[in-house]
Amino acid sequence: MKDITKLTVAQALSGLKKKEFSATELTEAYIDNIEQNTKVNAFVTKSFEIAKQQASEADKRYASGNSLPLDGIPLGIKDLFCTKNIRTTACSKILGEFIPPYESTVTNNLLQDGAVFLGKLNMDEFAMGGSNETSCFGPVVNPWSKDKDLVPGGSSGGSAAAVSAHLCAASTGTDTGGSIREPAAFCGCTGIKPTYGRCSRYGIIAFASSLDQAGPIAQDVRDCAVLLKSMAGFDAKDSTSYDTPVPDYESFLEQDINGMVVGIPKEYRLDGMNKEIVAYWDKAAEILKSGGAKVKEISLPHTKYALAAYYVLAPAEASSNLARYDGIRFGNRKNGNSLDELYINTRTEGFGNEVKRRIMIGTYVLSAGYYDAYYLKAQKVRRLIHDDFMNAFKECDVILTPTSPITAFPIGDEKMLQNPINMYLNDVFTVSVNLAGLPALSLPIGLSAEGLPYGMQIIGKPFDEQTIFKAAYKLEQDTGFERI
Amino acid sequence: MSEYVIETAKGKWEVIVGLEIHCQIISKSKIFSGASTEFGDNPNENVSFVDAGMPGMLPTLNRWCVHQAVKTGLGLNAKINKYSEFSRKNYFYADLPSGYQITQFRYPIVGEGKIRIDLPDGSNKDIGIERMHIEQDAGKSIHDLSPTKSYIDLNRAGVGLMEIVTKPDFRAPEEAGAFLRKLRSILRYLETCDGNMDEGSMRCDVNVSVRPYGSNELRTRCEMKNVNSVKFVMQAIENEAKRHVEVYENGGDIIQETRQFDPTTGQTKVMRKKEFAHDYRYFPEPDLPPLVLDDAYIESIKQEMVELPDAKKTRFINELGLTAYDASVICENKEVADFFEKASAGHDAKKVANWLIGDFFAMLNKRKLSIKESPVSAENLGNLVELISKSVISGKIAKDVFEIMSETGDSPEKIVEEKGLRQVTDVSAIEAIVDKIIAENPDNVAAYKKGKTNLAGWFVGQTMKMSQGKANPAMVNELVKQKLDK
Amino acid sequence: MAIDNQTVKKVAFLSRLRVEDEKIESAKDEFNKILQWIDELNELNTDNVEPLISVNEQTLRLREDEITAGNNKDEILQNAPMEEFDYFAVPKVVE
Repeated sequence: MKDITKLTVAQALSGLKKKEFSATELTEAYIDNIEQNTKVNAFVTKSFEIAKQQASEADKRYASGNSLPLDGIPLGIKDLFCTKNIRTTACSKILGEFIPPYESTVTNNLLQDGAVFLGKLNMDEFAMGGSNETSCFGPVVNPWSKDKDLVPGGSSGGSAAAVSAHLCAASTGTDTGGSIREPAAFCGCTGIKPTYGRCSRYGIIAFASSLDQAGPIAQDVRDCAVLLKSMAGFDAKDSTSYDTPVPDYESFLEQDINGMVVGIPKEYRLDGMNKEIVAYWDKAAEILKSGGAKVKEISLPHTKYALAAYYVLAPAEASSNLARYDGIRFGNRKNGNSLDELYINTRTEGFGNEVKRRIMIGTYVLSAGYYDAYYLKAQKVRRLIHDDFMNAFKECDVILTPTSPITAFPIGDEKMLQNPINMYLNDVFTVSVNLAGLPALSLPIGLSAEGLPYGMQIIGKPFDEQTIFKAAYKLEQDTGFERI
Repeated sequence: MSEYVIETAKGKWEVIVGLEIHCQIISKSKIFSGASTEFGDNPNENVSFVDAGMPGMLPTLNRWCVHQAVKTGLGLNAKINKYSEFSRKNYFYADLPSGYQITQFRYPIVGEGKIRIDLPDGSNKDIGIERMHIEQDAGKSIHDLSPTKSYIDLNRAGVGLMEIVTKPDFRAPEEAGAFLRKLRSILRYLETCDGNMDEGSMRCDVNVSVRPYGSNELRTRCEMKNVNSVKFVMQAIENEAKRHVEVYENGGDIIQETRQFDPTTGQTKVMRKKEFAHDYRYFPEPDLPPLVLDDAYIESIKQEMVELPDAKKTRFINELGLTAYDASVICENKEVADFFEKASAGHDAKKVANWLIGDFFAMLNKRKLSIKESPVSAENLGNLVELISKSVISGKIAKDVFEIMSETGDSPEKIVEEKGLRQVTDVSAIEAIVDKIIAENPDNVAAYKKGKTNLAGWFVGQTMKMSQGKANPAMVNELVKQKLDK
Repeated sequence: MAIDNQTVKKVAFLSRLRVEDEKIESAKDEFNKILQWIDELNELNTDNVEPLISVNEQTLRLREDEITAGNNKDEILQNAPMEEFDYFAVPKVVE
C-alpha cells in the first residue's frame, strides 16, 4: 500500500469513504511518522490515545454510513488553541502544565466535523516571533533543511513543518502579522488567514486581539478550502465574530478566473529585492493572466508604515493580554515575599526574551504621555492602510504579492538575533493584511536556487475568501510545485 | 442653607468636594459573562472562565446591564450617549484576574446630568453629574483567614457596576450626605442598584480640597477610596478638609494622594503617594466593538420609567396636601411611598401620613421589621384613619387598636367590633355618666364653682375613664361644662 | 523620543518584569532602536484621520441576561498553583 500520510485531506476523505483504509489505520500511520521523525520537533504535546479513540469513533460512523465532513482526518493543533483536557501552553514556560477545562470554538468545530487530534504543535512563544525560535520547547526544524537546520518560519512553525513532513494531514494556525502565511511559505505549504471575524477567537490564547485570526495550514489549496469551511463561522462567544454564512469554499476552486482583476501593488517592489522572488512574482501574474485574469498595477501608498504601526499596536494589545499570566490562577508561579514580588518573579522567569521585549514596548506606548504619540498615531496609520486597500479593491478583485522577501534561514542566524528589527522586517508583506483585517492565502510558487520554497500571497476583499481560493487554485494547478 | 465655612484664627476656608460612586447593577448574570451575580456562601462558585481571566476567554456584553445603565442615566436627568466604547484599565492586583478592568473611558454611556438634593432646612440644590459609565467589578481579597496568605474569591469579579462621577459641586458635608441619600433613593426607585452601602453594593470615593473662602482657586485634592456609609462620607469630608486647612495654615502643601478613611478614628491616612501612582494605560477594548444605541431604544426605556422621588414628592404636596417634610420622608423610599399611596387611597392623606411617619414607623423600628414585613397592611392603616375621621373611635382608642393590629394583623373594624371599642356618641349615655360623677363628687363641684375652673378637666377625665375611653371626647367636654356651669 | 534608564525601570515595573541592573543599559539601547524605528510614523500627517479601532465595522452584539456559566469551582481552581479552602492563595497582601 502506498504511504497514506502523503495524501491530501481531500484524498484521504475519499479513501476513507471508499474504505480503502480506516481512520484508525490513517491515524496510526501518522503516529508512526511522528514517533520516527523527532528531528522536526513539531509536536510539543501528543494526544495519541485520544486520537485513536476519535479515529475509532470515526470508523464506526463510516461503517454506519453517517460520516462527518472531516471524519477521521488526523490534524495537528497549534498550541495556542485551548483544547479541553489537553495541555495547552502557547509554548511558554509561564503556562506550565495548564490544562484548559474548555475547548476553543475553532477546534470544537473541527471535532464536531469528525477530525482527529494528534496533539499540539510547536510555535513561537505566545505567537510572538517569525522563526519558531522563541518556543520554550526549542526550535522547530524546517523539513526542507539541507546541510544546515533551517527555521520553519513563525509563529505557526510547528503547524507548517508538521504538514510539510507529513506528521499530520493538516493543521491549525493563527496569524497576527503573518504567522500562518510565512511558515506556510517557508515550509512549502498552503495556508490562509481568513477575514478578521471569520473564525471565532474564543479559546485561542490572545496575542493581539484586533489582529489575531485562526486559519488552516495544509498541503494544497483544496485542503485549505475544506478545512476553513469547518473552522469558520459565527460564534456568539466572540463579540468580534461576524454573523454571515460560510460559503462552500471548495465549490469555487475550479471556477473560471476569466475577467478577474489582479492588482500588483507597486510599493511591494522593494529596492534591492531578491531577483528570484521577483521572477516568481512575475510568473504568478503570467499564470493568472493565462487563465483570463487582468493584471494591473495598483498603489497601496502607506505600505511603508505598516510594520512600524504593527509593532506599536500588536505589542500594546499583547502587553495587556499577557497581564493575566501572573501565577495566581493557573500556570507556573515563582513565589515572592509580596504580591508584586510574586508577579515579578513569575513573569520574569516565565516569559522568554522576545515576549518580555514586546510586553515592555507595549507597556511603554500605552503609558501616560506616550499614548497619543505612539498608540493613537499607529491607529490612525492603521486607518490609512485599511483605506489604501479599500481604494485598491475598487479597481481589482485580488492582490498578488510575495509572502516573504526571503526563504527559510538558518536556526540561530546571527543577523536575526543581533537586532530584533531584522526579524520584524520579514513581516513586511504580511502585516498590512492583518492591520486591514483582510483575508490572504500563501501558496508555494517554486524553489530558490538552494532548493527552498518561495510563497506567493493572494489578498482578497473582506469575506471574499472564495475569490482568493479561485485564483490560488488556478495558480497551484499551473505551478506544479512538488511537495516533499 | 447656611454656608459651611471652616473658620480658624487665621482665616476662613471653604471646602470643594466631588464624589465617584460605584453602584452594582441589579442583573441576573454578570456584565461580561453568564455567571450568576449572587454571592453564595462558597468561594469561587459563581465564576465563569471569563471572570477568572482564563487564557483565550472573551467578554460578551449583558443586554440588561445596558438597559439598567440607560435607565439610571435617565433617572439622573442625563444625556444618553448613543455611541460609547469600552476600554481596558490596566493594573495588577490579586483580585483583578485579567490584569485589566473592562470599563469605559473616552466615551461613556451616560453624559452630563443633575440631581436635586433636599437640604435639612428645606432648601434645594442641584448637583451636576459629570458622567456615568459601566464596568466590571473586581473579586475580593480575604486577608483575615491566614496570618501569611491572602485568599482570592472571584464570585464578585465581573459583576456589573455603574460609576457615577459628580461635578465638584459640594460645599458642605451635609450636601454630600443629602446627595447620597437622594441617589440611593433614585436607584432603588429604578431598581437598577439596591444601594446598600454597608454591603458594598454602593461604594463611594470622595475627592476633597479646600480654598480660602470667597476665592476661585483650585487647590490639590485628595481622594478617599471606598468610604462605606453616608455618615462616614460626611465625617471624612469634614476631617479631611480640616487637615488641609491645618497643613496650609502651617505653611505646608497638600500632596495629591489616595487616602483611606478609618471609621474607628474618623481620620484619613495615606494609602499611596503619587510617585507610586498607577499608570492605567487605558486603550480601547479590542474584544468589544463600540456600543451603539438608537433613539427608539432609548425612547422605549423612557416609556417604562417610574415616577421618581422628586416628582412623587411634588405630587404628594400639591395633590394630597402633604407638608414638604412629610412628603420627602415618605418619598425617599419607594416601598414607603407605595405603601402610603395604597393606605391613603380614599382617606385623609395628611392623617395617613402622620400615622405612617409616627406610630407606624415606630412600630416597625421597635419590631425591627421592614415595611414589606409589616403586620399592618396599607389597607388596614387607611381604614384605621377612616374610623377616626368618621368618629367611630377616638384618636386615643385608635392607638390601642393599632397596637392590636400590629400584634394580630387584624383589620381595625374587626378589632373595634370584637372589643366593643366603638365610640359612645349617645348623649343620654354620656350624660348619665357625667351626672353620676357630679353627684359622687360634691366637693370638687363646689371648688369648681368657687373658681377652680380647671377642675373641668378632672371631670372629663373621670368620665372618659368610666366609659373606658369610648365616650366621644368632644361631647364629654361639652356636657361636663354644661352641667358644672348650670 | 529616546528613553533613559529610569524609564526602562518604570516600564519594567509597570509590566511586572525585572530587568537586572547590569542589563538596563543594553535594554535601553534595544528599546531606543525599536522606538527610533517606530518614529518613522511621525513622517505621516494624520491630523484629520480617525483612529481605526475595529476593522470589521461591527457594533456590539448584546447577550441576554441569563445564567449560562459558573457552578464549576473545580474547573476554575484546577490549574491554581496554590489553592486553599476553595480560594486562590497568594502571599499576604498588605495595603
